[in-house]
Amino acid sequence: MQNQEEISRLKNLVQDLLDESKKQGASSAEAGLNVDNGLSVSARLGEVETIEYHCDQNLGVTVYMGQKKGSASTNDFSGESIKETVKAACSIASFSSKDEYAGLPDKASLATEFPELDRDYPWNIDAEEAIGLAVECEDVARSYHAEINNSEGASINSHQGISVLGNSLGFLQGYSSTRHSISCSVLGERDGEMQRDYWYSVSRNADKLESAKAIGIKAAERTISRLGSRTLSTRQCPVLYSAEVASGLMGSLVSAISGGSLYRKSSFLLDALDTKVFPEFIHIHEQPHLKMALGSANYDSEGVATVARDIVTDGVLKGYVLSSYSARKLGMQTTGNAGGVHNLIVDAGENDFSAMLKLMDTGLLVTELMGQGINRVTGDYSRGASGFWVENGQIQYPVDEITIAGNLKDMYKNIVSVGNDVDCRGNIRTGSILVEQMSIAGE
Amino acid sequence: MLNQVKQSILTPYGMQEKDIAKIMDSLLSAPVDDADIYFQSSHFESWVLEGGIVKEGSHSIEKGAGVRVVSGEKTGFAYSDRIQLSVLLEAAKNVKAIARQGQNAQTKQGNLANRVDYYQPINPLKSLADQEKIDLLRKVDIETRKLDSRIEEVIVSLVGVDEQILVANQDGSLVADIRPLTRMSVSVILEDNGRREQGSMGGGARTDYGYFLDQNKAIEYGKEAVRQAAVNLEAIDAPAGNMTVVLGPGWPGILLHEAIGHGLEGDFNRKQTSAFSGKVGERVASELCTIVDDGTLQDRRGSLSIDDEGVPSENTVLIEKGILKGYMQDKMNARLMGVKSTGNGRRESYAHIPMPRMTNTYMLPGSHEPQEIIKSVKKGLYAKNFGGGQVDITSGKFVFSASEAYLIEDGKITRPVKGATLIGNGPEVLTKVSMVGNDLELDAGVGTCGKEGQSVPVGVGQPTIKIDGLTVGGTSV
Repeated sequence: MQNQEEISRLKNLVQDLLDESKKQGASSAEAGLNVDNGLSVSARLGEVETIEYHCDQNLGVTVYMGQKKGSASTNDFSGESIKETVKAACSIASFSSKDEYAGLPDKASLATEFPELDRDYPWNIDAEEAIGLAVECEDVARSYHAEINNSEGASINSHQGISVLGNSLGFLQGYSSTRHSISCSVLGERDGEMQRDYWYSVSRNADKLESAKAIGIKAAERTISRLGSRTLSTRQCPVLYSAEVASGLMGSLVSAISGGSLYRKSSFLLDALDTKVFPEFIHIHEQPHLKMALGSANYDSEGVATVARDIVTDGVLKGYVLSSYSARKLGMQTTGNAGGVHNLIVDAGENDFSAMLKLMDTGLLVTELMGQGINRVTGDYSRGASGFWVENGQIQYPVDEITIAGNLKDMYKNIVSVGNDVDCRGNIRTGSILVEQMSIAGE
Repeated sequence: MLNQVKQSILTPYGMQEKDIAKIMDSLLSAPVDDADIYFQSSHFESWVLEGGIVKEGSHSIEKGAGVRVVSGEKTGFAYSDRIQLSVLLEAAKNVKAIARQGQNAQTKQGNLANRVDYYQPINPLKSLADQEKIDLLRKVDIETRKLDSRIEEVIVSLVGVDEQILVANQDGSLVADIRPLTRMSVSVILEDNGRREQGSMGGGARTDYGYFLDQNKAIEYGKEAVRQAAVNLEAIDAPAGNMTVVLGPGWPGILLHEAIGHGLEGDFNRKQTSAFSGKVGERVASELCTIVDDGTLQDRRGSLSIDDEGVPSENTVLIEKGILKGYMQDKMNARLMGVKSTGNGRRESYAHIPMPRMTNTYMLPGSHEPQEIIKSVKKGLYAKNFGGGQVDITSGKFVFSASEAYLIEDGKITRPVKGATLIGNGPEVLTKVSMVGNDLELDAGVGTCGKEGQSVPVGVGQPTIKIDGLTVGGTSV
C-alpha cells in the first residue's frame, strides 16, 4: 500500500534526525514528524464560500547532552534543514541547565505492541462533492424554520495524516490516521433578537458521520430554541451540564491531575491521590485502545506504552496523568500520558437526558459556556453561560447573559448524577452531568 | 527591505520575481476579483526557566507560501511549505477552479505610497547572545524570589519571533515587511498557610530583547506577578449580580476588544451576522466613548506597517463620541461592502486565509481623575487585571475574566475579591459608561486574539472607566 511506503520513507527521515543528533554530539535524542493533507470547503447561502487545500508538515527533534535538553523544529524536510535543526537543538542544549530529571523514558516503558486501532479511513471526496454535501447541509438548516434567516455556513473537512516517532533507544514507529467532520451554523431572528448555534459531527471514518441532513436539522433546532432568551435573577440553583459542555468539566480534572500542574503546585488537586474527589458512584477510566476513537493511541508522545486504567474508582482518585519527566519529578512512574489522555471515559449512569432534567426538577440547563474563568491553582470557577431554565423537569425558556460560579472541588463532590446521553465526539466521553448547586449571576 | 526579504525567502529556492508573475498570470487567467500570493518565513525561539533552572529552550523555522483567489464572495486557497514554482503553479490551478463567475473587477488597493514603518526591520533573536538571554532569565528568577518568602515557584519565559513576509498582489505590486516580536512573562505561585495563589505579568513589543533590559522592565514583571499573587492570597469570594463596575486603565481594555471590537470586523457585518450589523451612524456607546483601532503605534505588539494583504495600517475610528463610524476591513469585505480596506487584513501564517482582524484597539481618554471615579461609587467592583475573554458575535454577549479585583464601598477600594467572569451585551455595555478617566494606558504587550482558529498578536488599552451596571459572576449571592 502506498501509505506504507510513505511511512517507511518518513521513518527514514526520523532515523536521519536521530543519526544526525548523535553525530553532532547528543547523548540521546527523540525525533518526530507529522504530515497532514486535507480539504476544507464551506458553503454559505447556498453557494460555495471557500475551498482550502491543506498540506502541512513539521518535524522536530529533542536532544539531550547528558542532563541538558534542547528542542528545535521546522517544516523544511530537506537534508540541509535536518542538519540545521539538529544544530539548533544542540546549541540550545549546550546553554540550558542540567536537569537531573531530564531524559528519554526508561526503555522498559516503551511500547512494544502495536495492535491495529482502526484510525485510517481515507475519504475519497473531491471538492465538488464536498461542496454539494455542505450546500445540502446548510439548505436543510435554512429551510427548517421561517425564523432561520441567515447563516454562517456549513463546512466539510477531511484530513489524512502520518505521524512518526523515534528515539535513540531504538523506538521507531509510524501510523496514518484520518479525521473528517461536517458542521453547520445558522442564525435566527425573532423580534429583533438574533441568535446563532451550530452542530457538528466528527469521526475517523466518514461513514460514521451523522448525515448532512441530521446536522442541518440539529443546528437549526438549536438556534431556534435560543430565540426569546432572557437573563435570570442572581440566585443559587442546581446546574445540569449538557453532555457537550460536561466534557469541559472533566477536562479541568485532567489538567489538575496532570504531572506538570502537580510538580509546579499549580493544581487544586494537589496531594489528592487516593482521596475522595467525587461521590462514590463516579468511575472514570482511560481506554487508549478503542477502535476508531479519536483519542486512541498505542503509545504516548514519547513512545511510552499506553494502558487501559482506572483514574477514578468509587469517587476516589486512583491515578495521575504523567509523562516520564513529570513522573520523575514526583518520584513516580510514567502513566503513558505525555501529550495528554487517550479516551477518558466517565461511566454513564442510568438516566437519559429527559430523566436528568426530571432529576434536577428546577434549575439551569447549560448548553454553552464562554470564557476561560477557571483558576487552576484554586479551582475557583466562574464562566459565562447560556442554556435553558427548567422547572418540574421541563424546559421553560432559553437564558443567556448569565454566569455560573463555584469551586471545582465542591462541584465535583456535589455531582448528583451522570447521564447516559454520552457525547462521543471528543477525547473525553461523558454524558450530561448534574451539579447540586452553583451560584448564578444575572440581572 | 524588499530586496532583503526576497533574498531570504525566494533566493534559497531559486525563485525569482518573474516566477511570481507566472503564478499570478495563472491565477488571473480565471475571472477573479482579486488574487494574491503570500510568502512567509518565520524563526521562533523560546527559553523557559522553571524551578530555578533554564531547563529547556526551543527553536523553530517555518517557511511557506499561500495562493488565494477571490471571486465574488468565494475564496479558493492553497498553500505549501515548498516555495517552488511547480508546486505553487499546481496550487494556483486548484484554487482558481472556484472562480466561475467572477467579475474581473478591480479591487481597490490601499495607497502603498502611504506606507510608514512603525517598527525597525530587526531580528530580535540575534539582539542578545544566547548566554545573555539565559542570564536575563536567571536574574529575573533570583530577584523575584527575593521579594517574598512565600514564593513556591517562579516560571520565566522569553519568546522572540523574526518574521518576514512578501505579498504579491494582482496589480503586480510586490511588498515586503519584516516584523520583529518579543515577549517575556513571569508567573509565580505563592503559598501561605496551605492556600496557594498565582500571579503573572509580562510584556512585549515589536522590537528586540533590549526592551526588557530598559528600565529594568523584566524585574518589574516579577515584582508585579508577586504583588498580584499576594493580593489574591487575601481575596474573599467575589460578589454575584449586576453592579457598578470600574475598570482600571490598560489591559482591562480587553472589554473593548470583546464587547465591540469583534462585532465591528467587516466580515461579520458584510454577512450581517453581527449584533452591530447595519448600525453605522447609530449610537452604540455613551458620548464619552471614542474608540479606535490603531495599527500605527510605534513598536506596539498589535502594530503593522502593512497588513497581510500589503495594505498600509491605519488609525481607524470605530466609535466617535458614542456614534458607530465604521468597520475594520480587509480587501475582500471592503470590496463587497463598497468601501476601502482599513489595513486590517491579517492572517496567522501563509497557511491561513486573511480576515479582518484588530490591531491595537483602545478608548481615548476623558476628563476625570481616576480617584474621582472610584469616589463616585457607593458600592461596586473595581477590576484591575484580566485574563482572557470571548464574544458571541451574533447575540452580542461577551465575557472577560478578572484576575485581580476589589470591592468598592462608600467611594473607597476595600477588600480584594477572587477572580470572576464579567458578562454583558456588546451593543449595550458602552451606553452605560458614565465616567471616563484621563489616564489612558495601553497594555504591556502580551495579547493574542483568536478567531476561527487563527491567532494573531494584538493590543488593547483604555483609561479608567465606570460602567453603571455589568453582571459580575462571583459566588457570593
